[in-house]
Amino acid sequence: MNERESRGRSLTGARIVWECLLRENVDVVFGYPGGCLLPIYDVMEEYPIHHVLVRHEQGAAHMADGYARASGKVGVAFATSGPGATNLTTGIANAMLDSVPVVFITGQVASHLIGSDAFQETDVTGITLPITKHNRLVMRAEDIAPALREAFAIARHGRPGPVLVDICKDAQQKEAIFEWRDVPDYPSLRPRPGVSTADLERAADLIRSAERPVILAGHGVIKSGATRALVAFAERTGTPVASTLLGLGGFPASHPLSLGMMGMHGEAYVNQAIQNADLLLAFGMRFDDRVTGNLKSYAPRARKVHVEIDAAEIGKNVAVDVALVGDLRVVLEALSPLVSEKRHVEWLRRIDAGRADTKGRDILHQEDDGNLYAAHVLHDLWEATKGEAIVVTDVGQHQMWEAQYYAHETPRSLITSGGLGTMGFALPAAIGAKFARPEAEVWVVVGDGGFQMTQAELATIQQEGIAINIAIINNGFLGMVRQWQEFFYEKRYAQTPMLSPDFVKLADAYGMTAHRVTRRRDVIPVVRAARKSGAAVLIDFRVVQEEAVFPMVPAGAALDAMIRRPVLQDEEAVA
Amino acid sequence: MRHTLVARVFDEPGVLNRVASLFRRRAFNIESLTVGQSEAKDYSRMTVVVDTARVPARLVEESLRKLVPVAEVRDVTDLPTVDRDLALIRVRCVPADRAEVAQLADIFRGRIVDVAPESVIVEVTGDGAKVDGLVDLLRPRGILEMVRTGKVAMLRGVTPAA
Repeated sequence: MNERESRGRSLTGARIVWECLLRENVDVVFGYPGGCLLPIYDVMEEYPIHHVLVRHEQGAAHMADGYARASGKVGVAFATSGPGATNLTTGIANAMLDSVPVVFITGQVASHLIGSDAFQETDVTGITLPITKHNRLVMRAEDIAPALREAFAIARHGRPGPVLVDICKDAQQKEAIFEWRDVPDYPSLRPRPGVSTADLERAADLIRSAERPVILAGHGVIKSGATRALVAFAERTGTPVASTLLGLGGFPASHPLSLGMMGMHGEAYVNQAIQNADLLLAFGMRFDDRVTGNLKSYAPRARKVHVEIDAAEIGKNVAVDVALVGDLRVVLEALSPLVSEKRHVEWLRRIDAGRADTKGRDILHQEDDGNLYAAHVLHDLWEATKGEAIVVTDVGQHQMWEAQYYAHETPRSLITSGGLGTMGFALPAAIGAKFARPEAEVWVVVGDGGFQMTQAELATIQQEGIAINIAIINNGFLGMVRQWQEFFYEKRYAQTPMLSPDFVKLADAYGMTAHRVTRRRDVIPVVRAARKSGAAVLIDFRVVQEEAVFPMVPAGAALDAMIRRPVLQDEEAVA
Repeated sequence: MRHTLVARVFDEPGVLNRVASLFRRRAFNIESLTVGQSEAKDYSRMTVVVDTARVPARLVEESLRKLVPVAEVRDVTDLPTVDRDLALIRVRCVPADRAEVAQLADIFRGRIVDVAPESVIVEVTGDGAKVDGLVDLLRPRGILEMVRTGKVAMLRGVTPAA
């Protein structure tokens, strides 16, 4: 049905849902049917939108999230009422914490049953209120189109985020005139006024007078599409760039001004640079505790300029000298002409001096002792994929090794659960990423623990026939928790050793090719073979069991109070 | 420090819940929150008094502003406003003491609105300090029950209402 035919006509609420999705340019939805969504599923075949059947609704949420992160578009997930909707919640919270635009559509019991504890009734808008940007219960067919139109607008606007629309079953069944009206003029959806010239001047003054500046590049760089503006700004002002975990890829890792990741598992010289800086330029980041360490001792000598789209982030964790509230790319383009060309030769030399020490401790200098080290796997994966893959990681040690050893050159090439730290995210999120960018090579990097949380989605991969490669970094432990137990709980490994199935046989049961790798020399050949196969391949990397991620800032400690790996090679040999 | 924020919000289901949820989730400390009709049919008006010892008022204001049904927020703490709080106070009072209680209430421009053999209900309206003053004077007699609406506020003069 084309647009002219359907608008102004009487349609069932279920068809209105699909008409709205078409108009929002949705090409794929991730979901799971159920009683209160049956009317929507019943007419699905009439519309050119692909539906991916998941194995658990959490998977649908993460797929829509991964789709949104890889594409920059709004992801869409469906779930039925009650348990279907509650299963989404982890994924909704994940999208909320990382500001990912996703529209969740849930079925709800018929409107006359609301509040009666009917079968599979749950207060979904109540449950999801604190983990959505907005949500709405729709009880009438005529309210569906306005609610969905508003949902997409809210999800995209400003700092993006998840929006949930809960639609009663009878509203899906009844008919209403389908109209596609503009979203009401909500003040919270109006464009923000531009930043003031006075504030820009104040920021420019601080930049001009800084001798030891550092840019802190966050997720906002990627969301705003500000990479080019950031590179230009950094080059013009000669300022080194440290990235948050979610900021990786927003500034090319190979750029001479790139420092790499900051924070709890950032390299020592990066955190030292932040602590020694006299000016921090926080671009699209929110001073999360994982990047600041103890706030009392955080960057004590630095003035701070915060460029951020969400005014409620200004001064939340760290007091700043100048706040520029707005879209990062727009602000940078306004700020750049006000600052002059500058070089910080001495400052960069000082930072570089720290790099030599870091190199000396780098596990890449660990000789091949017959054991397989996770960091080596990640490094070799980077080499074998030429750094060009979209890597989707789970949460834990493997995530940090990926961040340290897989150098990301382009935005949206790393997809990971940052704020919520959701184990089980990687596999479904990678499916979403593959649908967003079918031409891209997608790698899942996941631990043996997280993989088992959502491994049921292997069936989804096979049912959809998509080629995703899965690297399980299998150390037989819940590795990051084990590391905390090693460092802070005297090695009492309470419930962190974990039995896993034979992942190769498991993959085989799903009809998926799989390999086991136990020696470093096999990593690159197996990865290369997987890349060429054109189908999904799972690789079980059996890595050293009790290996820790270094360096590490203990939670609550000062950013430069790091636990570091012992020196493996002296600095002179490195230099 | 206490801050008074006045918000205009769309009158739709759950809006009070959204505001309350925000305050709970962010651990903002509410001293009082009132909500009621405004001059416009589709809007309600909220007056929120927050304790800003732990969180800057600006953060509370900006967080409220992010809620979709919140149309407008204004911090009126340092602006000239008319502030009102209404209290109903049931105070122990034998018939012989009624005149004295009535007189006390009258000083605060309050009045007795209900009489029982052993108690009366005193109604008083005014800014928080005035209501506090009467409450303090009545307390020694024995306050059996009390309800206060919490503060409502409106800007004085020609400044458009927040």
